[in-house]
Amino acid sequence: MIFIYDASFEGFLSAVFMAYEYKCKQPKIVKKEKFMGDFFEEVEEVITSEEKATRVWKKVKAKCGSRGNQQIYWAFLSELDEIENTLFQYIQHALASTKDITKDYAHPAVLKVAQTVKQVGREKHRMDAFVRFRKTKDAIYFATVEPDFNVLPLNAKHFKNRYADQKWCIYDLKRNYGIFYDLENVEIIQLDLPASILETSTDFFTTEEIQFQHLWKNYFDSTNIKSRKNTKLHQQHVPKRYWKYLSEKYL
Amino acid sequence: MNFDRIKEKLNILADAAKYDVSCSSSGSKRQNKGKGLGDSSGMGICHSYTEDGRCVSLLKILLTNHCIFDCAYCVTRKSNDIQRAAFKVQEVVDLTINFYRRNYIEGLFLSSGIFKSPDTTMERLVQVAKKLRLEENFNGYIHLKSIPGASDELMHEAGLYADRLSVNIEIPTREGLKLLAPDKDRKDFLQPMKKVKDEIIRHKSEKKIIKSTPKFAPAGQSTQMIVGATNETDAQVMYTAAYFYKKYQMKRVYYSGYIPVSYDPRLPSIGTDVPLLRENRLYQADWLMRFYGFSIEELLNKEHPNLDSDVDPKLGWALRNLHLFPVDVNKADKQMLARIPGLGMKSVYKILGARKYRNLNWEHLKKIGVALNRAKYFMVCNSKEWEKKDLSAMNIKSLILQNSSSKFRNTYNNQLNLFDKQDALIQY
Repeated sequence: MIFIYDASFEGFLSAVFMAYEYKCKQPKIVKKEKFMGDFFEEVEEVITSEEKATRVWKKVKAKCGSRGNQQIYWAFLSELDEIENTLFQYIQHALASTKDITKDYAHPAVLKVAQTVKQVGREKHRMDAFVRFRKTKDAIYFATVEPDFNVLPLNAKHFKNRYADQKWCIYDLKRNYGIFYDLENVEIIQLDLPASILETSTDFFTTEEIQFQHLWKNYFDSTNIKSRKNTKLHQQHVPKRYWKYLSEKYL
Repeated sequence: MNFDRIKEKLNILADAAKYDVSCSSSGSKRQNKGKGLGDSSGMGICHSYTEDGRCVSLLKILLTNHCIFDCAYCVTRKSNDIQRAAFKVQEVVDLTINFYRRNYIEGLFLSSGIFKSPDTTMERLVQVAKKLRLEENFNGYIHLKSIPGASDELMHEAGLYADRLSVNIEIPTREGLKLLAPDKDRKDFLQPMKKVKDEIIRHKSEKKIIKSTPKFAPAGQSTQMIVGATNETDAQVMYTAAYFYKKYQMKRVYYSGYIPVSYDPRLPSIGTDVPLLRENRLYQADWLMRFYGFSIEELLNKEHPNLDSDVDPKLGWALRNLHLFPVDVNKADKQMLARIPGLGMKSVYKILGARKYRNLNWEHLKKIGVALNRAKYFMVCNSKEWEKKDLSAMNIKSLILQNSSSKFRNTYNNQLNLFDKQDALIQY
């Protein structure tokens, strides 16, 4: 049976609930936008229900603690193909077992989820590191990113704690939404950004901003030790796909 | 801000500060309370990496590169003909804040050449930290250099604002120091180190009774040694490190392969390769000591005053102690698992977790991500196959070297060839 859902996390958990309701042992859970149609299998459209989602969520927590919850949420944010099906097997294994299965790495779904969580965690950490704020004329520290996975929801807390006294916004260009902190709360926003947003044009940004980017680039170059050059290691730590957002690399 | 002038100073004073290898920004637990700027309560973050592959986490600069000392190994030594510059206190504060707000850095690492006197220099460093904490409400990471010879009062004040303090002992042996830095006295390094250690202990015990006791250098102390500037052995370096870990409760000892900066005949000449492989082996030994339960005597002793260059120190130790292997991964305790060559602590914890559910076999271990190319000779699992059979230490070593690659391969092959040649010469 195929369950198609609205791409939200609650939607996915509701799908899990429905699969159990229908006693379906091997469901396929697919995002509506990705569903191509299927002639041979029965298709069920999931109605997202907070109540059903919460019940699945609590059940997992009862079996595997908040670590189990965290693993499922983080893996879900990877948006990998068929991660929903892996997560279903994970939840199945968790509910069927008498003990906490989050470290049962010899089980294929547990291993896959753990590996995915690690990848997502790495990308989250990269965003903590590679976000470069540029100060706009209206005093908002603004950054654009294109993370491999949908990690911004995980980054919000870190940036809120750290930059409590400045307005900031981190915008995901790939998924077209951003997180914005207004000195009180972090909110999700959508903006119509000009194509030239990657350039630090003085139409939007302060003149000082460009000076600071150059200072940073200067610092970055001065702190390098030429006789220890190790390009391979450098690129391993700062993969090329992130360079266009790092002023020390693109200037 | 006069950007052109600042840029010039930044180039000179960042260039001069880069030989200090510490960039750690973790372990501080300084939370942002009351809507200030910055938070260093989590783990450290590397915001970028230089082209030499080292992490950039702190704005690492000297306050000034004017110096009254003439240490041969140091690029800012008095007799060196270089451009000199000095930051004003406010300039360092502004740079730090503006870089931090843009998420370039985790904080500031401020060191300095010694101008006028140790106390004048230390006092200026403390001023920067104090301003950042009290005027800017800054909770990011601050690493200050303890200036050898600075007074106890200043060191006390420094600890109240800084997360970490460090004095670099630079030369591992007393004789080496006498040769290369005749005006410096080992005592002057140790005094601020001891003061900081005592204060950390005092603040910690007071904190247990009075909760409002202020933080004192919460990320502890570190130090650095240059290796390859004098003809010290690995044992001399590591025994010195072990002494500092124990006696002064260092959080970290850093090893920095000497980068030739001088034509001084007492030192390796300019153009000599940086001893990167040796540096790497020393760090491996350091990790084994701090996280893997090895004692220094197991790794380095009279018979083995230097670490092997062609194999890592754990493998070297295992090959000398084959009677302790193979280890059964389904039964052995954590300490013994950690001693299997090729197993890192992460793999150890994965094995400990996974074996609760079932007995692990080779297939499981491979899937979990345990690197077996070295480990397989030293362990057994739930499987009849076992790699070691009756192999000797030499056999195992050559099998492992055949099946692995290392960017240092050329380095140690050359070294081996050199030894072969020497042997040949002796025979003639």
